[in-house]
Amino acid sequence: MAYVAIADRDHEQPMHEPRSFVTKYIWSQDHKVIAIQYSLTAIAIGLVALVLSLAMRLQLGFPDTLSFITPDQYYQAITLHGMIMVIYLLTAILLGGFGNYLIPLMIGARDMVFPYMNMLSYWVYLLSVLVLCSSFFITGGPTGAGWTLYPPQVILPGTPGSDGGIVLMLLSLVLFIVAFTMGGLNYVTTVLQARCRGMTMMRMPLSVWGIFVATILGLLAFPALLVACIMLLLDSVLGTSFFMPALLSMGEVSEHTGGSPILFQHLFWFFGHPEVYIVALPAFGIISDLVSVHARKNIFGYRMMVWAILIIGGISFIVWAHHMYVSGMNPYFSFFFATTTLIIAIPTALKVYNWVLTLWRGDIHMTVPMLFVIGFIFTFINGGITGLFLGNVVVDMPLSDTYFVVGHFHMVMGVSPILVIFGAIYHWYPKITGRMLNDRLGRIHFWATLFGTYAIYLPMHYLGILGLPRRYYTMGDTSFIPDSAQVMNAGISVAALFVSLVQLIFLFNLFWSRTHGKPSGSNPWKATTLEWQTPQTPPKHGNWGPDLPLVYRWAYDYSVPGAAQDYIPQTMAPEDVPTSDASYHGGEGEHS
Amino acid sequence: MSFLSKITEKPWEHAGEIEGLHDRLENGYSANRTGLFLFLAVVSSLFTLFMITYYTRSQFPDWEVLADPRILWVNTAVLVLASVALQMASNAAKQNKTSAMRNSLIAGGVLTLAFIAGQLIAWDQMVKAGYYAADNPANAFFYLFTGLHALHLLGGMWFLVSLGFRMKQTGAKDKVLHSVSLCAIYWHYLLIVWLALFTLLLRT
Ligand code: HEM
Ligand SMILES: [Cu+2]
Repeated sequence: MAYVAIADRDHEQPMHEPRSFVTKYIWSQDHKVIAIQYSLTAIAIGLVALVLSLAMRLQLGFPDTLSFITPDQYYQAITLHGMIMVIYLLTAILLGGFGNYLIPLMIGARDMVFPYMNMLSYWVYLLSVLVLCSSFFITGGPTGAGWTLYPPQVILPGTPGSDGGIVLMLLSLVLFIVAFTMGGLNYVTTVLQARCRGMTMMRMPLSVWGIFVATILGLLAFPALLVACIMLLLDSVLGTSFFMPALLSMGEVSEHTGGSPILFQHLFWFFGHPEVYIVALPAFGIISDLVSVHARKNIFGYRMMVWAILIIGGISFIVWAHHMYVSGMNPYFSFFFATTTLIIAIPTALKVYNWVLTLWRGDIHMTVPMLFVIGFIFTFINGGITGLFLGNVVVDMPLSDTYFVVGHFHMVMGVSPILVIFGAIYHWYPKITGRMLNDRLGRIHFWATLFGTYAIYLPMHYLGILGLPRRYYTMGDTSFIPDSAQVMNAGISVAALFVSLVQLIFLFNLFWSRTHGKPSGSNPWKATTLEWQTPQTPPKHGNWGPDLPLVYRWAYDYSVPGAAQDYIPQTMAPEDVPTSDASYHGGEGEHS
Repeated sequence: MSFLSKITEKPWEHAGEIEGLHDRLENGYSANRTGLFLFLAVVSSLFTLFMITYYTRSQFPDWEVLADPRILWVNTAVLVLASVALQMASNAAKQNKTSAMRNSLIAGGVLTLAFIAGQLIAWDQMVKAGYYAADNPANAFFYLFTGLHALHLLGGMWFLVSLGFRMKQTGAKDKVLHSVSLCAIYWHYLLIVWLALFTLLLRT
């Protein structure tokens, strides 16, 4: 038997067409519905995090006039903001949302291989979000330990939420990891096992590659967070001393002895650094596809892009301690981790070059997704370069825990992935709903978001060089900080308010276009990949009608010389390609 | 098809080909099997990290070496037998000997439960002897490791039992038989994990 792919086993995989509203939209096993559920939940909780950041910004910008949050609340806001943005928004939407929607459609499968587990994954994720939210309503409130949850302060009585909040936070993380694992097993197995005929690994679009490798990273890295969470939970609930050293807390000797806070930091960052790439790799993949479609050119160096994704994925496991230069680690360790950090910049830079080279002499269509692509490339270069600074121990020492770091990581893993997510939504919304998002609103949204976020984060680099410390409720009368810093802080806060308000335009566009948008047809961007070739738009349950697609070519046949159209869908056999002149010979070896 | 030659393939060539490509999904692995192996990779990552953490923490001066309860040896033997039983079930399934398979599965399940009960007895002995989790990290790790390992076994039991129900309903179809072999793999794997944990617990 040559094939065991799901492709040839349709009879073994009966599709249960859902009948009632509940099985169709709520208790659904359809990957597309689950994707929407994941995305909407992630956006909802992301808006909470956005509001929290505004509370912080108002406090920082106008400490004397608007003191409506207390120092404790500031710490709680900072913690929940960071944690939600990184885990519950970005990880969830990129893998649970885009991963779920795109993988089966892009590789020509009818669904994920374990649909029931996929459904459970969403519901456990929702539960983790609810547990997280519930910590706002208990006495003592959510934890205020910072998103890194460092012991010992995380469970000492002086930290807000040290009794109930931290327990709920840790439980919620454990649930999230369970949910992620169930989803992740699905994504990887689906890519490995359910590709349709002709869809070799190297014919997969880079979006799938990015999501695939990011999921593997997640599957291997989240256990580190799980270990850290479980042991921290025991330290706080049972009074064990895995991480908690002996110390005096509020004048009393604590019950703990001998634990190692540094051990926690290692575990946390062994997860924490790959997490950056769990977010970045899907974004890289999506950008590669968007840039190719909207510049009507094959992606420059497809194979290099795949290799870079794999290499980055591998190296990302040996750079974690660059977050710990100031922890008193052995300097030789620091030397090692600084080296690996600089090495990982090479494949990353290579990807940037390839995006730019794809644009080079392309037939660039300035669509809204393309705007976001270009915005992303600028922002990512910006954040990447400050990353190179911080990767060097001597540069990081003075800058660590200042606003320079806040500026850096917001550029590289805040703004950049968010721009990708926006671009991707503008790009795939027509497939999801059958209608285009409003173009003019999209352009306003793009420019306002781009300039707004730069107005927020560029000045932060400068503040950081001045020495403005991170995670401070208010600067007070600090002698080395000039008064003008406060003016800048106020300006940043105004920009943050502006950016947040602009997002309302986007939300309005999402809902309004759902019913009033221009009908898109099945392939508005004239793209080659499989998701645009479905018989119906939006795709029905089972995606492909009676027959699964056959794939004849790679995902990037744009502007092939001699072909009549500037794109050839992956499902088109060479003999069916309409030609404009006799020189066309099947698209073979024309472009490399 | 090696991984390296797969990712060095030039996808823009061979337009039009469907069959005869390098990468044809013909490895004969079913999705369930792939899923299981991936899951084992995740669990390996989890336990490896736990063991590294254990080792690191054991180097600190407050560590007090723990006299492990004798019953752990008995439990280990029971778990080995459970693994053997599941392997016999898997072999019987391959030869389509349904009743032999059923008996071995039941034996495997009972032995597994006996192992878990034995671990609980070990906990009980520890508590009675005054080794509380909060007193010393060595004690805490003991409870943590045995508990987590037992949880993974219980997860396996849940699959085993639901497999039993499915067999009752639909009879011993190919798919069910295939699942038996997956169960056996999972049990062997957890046996290995236990042996690793046990060695580590004994040595420190
Ligand atoms: C308009 C959008 C945003 C604004 C105005 C904003 C603002 C802030 C502010 C004021 C802080 C506290 C800085 C400090 O005092 O140290 C912060 C921290 C943080 N933000 Fe954002 N942020 C935004 C979006 C994001 C996004 C999209 C991410 C996703 C990666 C993110 C991740 C973080 C993290 C990880 C922290 C650190 C939390 C901690 O120190 O524990 N933020 N943000
Ligand atoms: Cu890092």
